[in-house]
Amino acid sequence: MSDNVLVRVEDLKVHFPIRAGLLNRTVGAVKAVDGVSFDIMKGETLGLVGESGCGKSTTGRAILRLYEPTSGQVVFRGVDLASQGVEGVRRTRRHMQMIFQDPYASLNPQMRVGEIIARPLRTHGLVKTAREERELVADIMQKVGLNVGFRDRFPHEFSGGQRQRIGIARALATSPDFIVCDEPISALDVSIQAQIVNLLEQLREELGLTYLFIAHDLSMVRYLSTRVGVMYLGKMMELSSSDELYDNPLHPYTKALLSAIPIPDPPLERRRQRTLLSGDPPSPANPPAGCRFSSRCPIAAEHCRSVEPEFREARTGHWVACHFA
Amino acid sequence: MIDALSPMSIADTVRRRHRGGAQEDIGGGADTEADVARRLLDVRDLETKFYTADGTVNALNGISYSVDRGECLAIVGESGSGKTVGVLSILRLIPSPPGRIVGGEILFNGIDLLKLDDRALRKLRGEAISVIFQDPMTSLNPVMRIGAQITENIHAHENLTRRQARAKAADLLGMVGIPTPAKRLDDYPHQFSGGMRQRVMIAIALSCSPQLIIADEPTTALDVTIQAQIVELVKRLQEELGTAVIWISHDLGVVARLADTVAVMYAGHIVEKAPVDDLYAHPAHPYTIGLLNSLPRLDARQKTRLQAIGGLPPNLLGPQKGCPFVPRCSFATQICRQENPPVTEIASRHSVACWHAQSLAGGRT
Repeated sequence: MSDNVLVRVEDLKVHFPIRAGLLNRTVGAVKAVDGVSFDIMKGETLGLVGESGCGKSTTGRAILRLYEPTSGQVVFRGVDLASQGVEGVRRTRRHMQMIFQDPYASLNPQMRVGEIIARPLRTHGLVKTAREERELVADIMQKVGLNVGFRDRFPHEFSGGQRQRIGIARALATSPDFIVCDEPISALDVSIQAQIVNLLEQLREELGLTYLFIAHDLSMVRYLSTRVGVMYLGKMMELSSSDELYDNPLHPYTKALLSAIPIPDPPLERRRQRTLLSGDPPSPANPPAGCRFSSRCPIAAEHCRSVEPEFREARTGHWVACHFA
Repeated sequence: MIDALSPMSIADTVRRRHRGGAQEDIGGGADTEADVARRLLDVRDLETKFYTADGTVNALNGISYSVDRGECLAIVGESGSGKTVGVLSILRLIPSPPGRIVGGEILFNGIDLLKLDDRALRKLRGEAISVIFQDPMTSLNPVMRIGAQITENIHAHENLTRRQARAKAADLLGMVGIPTPAKRLDDYPHQFSGGMRQRVMIAIALSCSPQLIIADEPTTALDVTIQAQIVELVKRLQEELGTAVIWISHDLGVVARLADTVAVMYAGHIVEKAPVDDLYAHPAHPYTIGLLNSLPRLDARQKTRLQAIGGLPPNLLGPQKGCPFVPRCSFATQICRQENPPVTEIASRHSVACWHAQSLAGGRT
């Protein structure tokens, strides 16, 4: 494994059983993530995009082992996390943290801000005295732009953007190397989003962090990411450097996704040609045979419906799973 | 009065729209007769307050705007800016108490809706003006078949037999792009996906050929590919049927695609209003400028920091003094802190509420 790879995900699968009937028997499985492989390099931001239900959040959570992977490997700094015991996972988690989407639901309403940020420090035994803890918490609060005087306040006293800063502070408390950002700005107001994005960028530069940035806002992902992966129904469809993906998308799904994003420029919008996808994504419990995108693909041929395309490197660093790419 | 509220024929509306479109507005000044004829909705100095245990929330602080027949007006703003309260006030759908419309006029075809009695108002709702809400999950009745939910509105406003109403409902479903519509009439909402449910909502909204559709963030809960479908659908229907649309959104991208005119709201005020091209090319209010600068663009290799608007969204509790944007504005001066700026017209149909609008818009011809 090359020195530059911080996280290697190998054929990761996460299936959730569907139970039914009186005996609660397993009658099928939602294949939320169905065999994805990718590397995350040190210091980069890997963007993960796709529609709801494509498995992007599940992938992020399975990497941290917040979900138990059904099969596959997650190698973090050379250690396979998927096969580790509880203690091993706990030790590794100090170095990999998460920022959640909803700053309202992800903070305990009964805990003061100072306690929320101090909790990971205590869990991992990173502070010895109460004084040390106070100093560290104050330090982290300053770093994310929170007024240290607010440490004894409760989450409900803060706005959405401020709460997301608390969530970021909590993730930073253990000085991690790697942070999974699961739609960290989608619950925030437009004028606040840029503040949080700038903060994440600034922290990445200062602290040498590596991000997995999960989002459905493709404009923001392009802006933030070094490389971008596009997921559809539990599979990776395309993965390449950010500018290459947006300038030169190879997969018909990526093309459709990009053309669906409106650009805040009225004359340009009127000129733009759109590839409108018909219908909705199929259920991940019962994905189409062959290529998963074949049921909505504008260029699908007969063999697309029977043969699953291989995820291959079509150009240097540009991976795609399509027979026609 | 009832006569004035009845929907015009579609052809008539389309004709008026074309006539209107060909005419150029000449500067500001008084409304010409043609302006008045074209106008469908005219909101003047609308003020809505909520009287809560914590104090009075000034949700709307005297907003004025108008919608022409067949026009699409987008109202843009963040949560709490008053954009939803602004349009729900039109149909008097504000829960009262705690809410109350305390001032202003809402003229629809020249009739002040604030003076209508309940009966006349009920006739208007769903027939002349209809609403598409944000969340199709909660705005459809989960235990009622789709067909019944569409015909409910038809029966309330039109004298059709059950069979006729059902046939009309199937037509409407087909028009909004639901495959095999006649078969889907007996399905329940949970058998539809999010995008399909929003299509059903649009079908209900269209069922009595309204003159005005109010769409309150109809695509916010949807995925981007589905959002694109819904936006194209509404745009197509608006052009074919000549219906006027008020589209509420926080997404400046969607608005660029759809709107003819854009009004930007902040803290219960309309801070800027302009034709869509003019607003994006020559924004003049510091808030609009800030919003446009804080967005990364899909088509740009942008590696510089985003220009964020600092500070927090405003608190509408209690009385306001001065311009509401002052705490976040980098151009603020003494007068901004003391007096709320008047609305000034800086170009044809482009009005701004900012003391420094002229200098910020400077350089344009």
